[in-house]
Amino acid sequence: MSADRVSYTLDSTLETVNNAEETASRIAAEAGFDDEEIMKISMAVREAAVNAVLHGNAYDPSKKVTLAFERTVHDLVIVIRDQGKGLDASRIPDPLAPENLMKTSGRGIFLIRSFMDVVEIHPSQTGTELIMIKHVHGNPADPKEAPQ
Amino acid sequence: MTMKSSTRQVDGVTIVDLSGRITLGEGSVVLRDTVRDLLSKGQKKILLNLGDVNYIDSSGIGELVSAFTTAKNQGGELKLLNLTKKVHDLLQITKLYTVFDVKEDEAAGVKSFSK
Repeated sequence: MSADRVSYTLDSTLETVNNAEETASRIAAEAGFDDEEIMKISMAVREAAVNAVLHGNAYDPSKKVTLAFERTVHDLVIVIRDQGKGLDASRIPDPLAPENLMKTSGRGIFLIRSFMDVVEIHPSQTGTELIMIKHVHGNPADPKEAPQ
Repeated sequence: MTMKSSTRQVDGVTIVDLSGRITLGEGSVVLRDTVRDLLSKGQKKILLNLGDVNYIDSSGIGELVSAFTTAKNQGGELKLLNLTKKVHDLLQITKLYTVFDVKEDEAAGVKSFSK
């Protein structure tokens, strides 16, 4: 199995959000994903970076965001960590519920889950780790690719 | 690419031509300021032309919702025109497509506003 891993330590700034998105787009393209999948992956990473910078680290200059990409034969694995108080995903309201539909925020995690194949959120007292996995196209482990 | 905004008047309707990205930061601020400025001037029939908006994130979606609600609360109407596939798909999966009044033709969109 071949593996290729790259990791970045980033400031808690808006620039980090844009850089994370651009880096994700480049790496997804290099991994062979098509344009639509590249858009989904880069958008998921953008939303994750927004969560880390704004809601996790709250723009605190002393806190960092780490972003890692790992390419394996079957997957693109993306891990983003912040140094905030820890995101309790169970307390995030469903943005599709009628009472939440017209809210102006709260769609980030929903979009990440919509765009990636596997999403895991690991909160702790020292921050939140978000793991996002996109299966490489044609991977038999991807149920979307399995024979009907 | 940052977002650009320009406005024009057609039969009492203000068409806002937007291009670029509506994302956290400048893009969202441009949209917010443009809509608030129009409403403060009494221009309450607003058609947002998103034909050249190639990207929108969750903050941008929130800004569209905010613009829609703000216009409505001030007795105005805000509709969307010329959605790109990306924006259309995002509004579909967030169940907002049916909330917004979405038009595909500018002339029909202008006519759809109450006189």
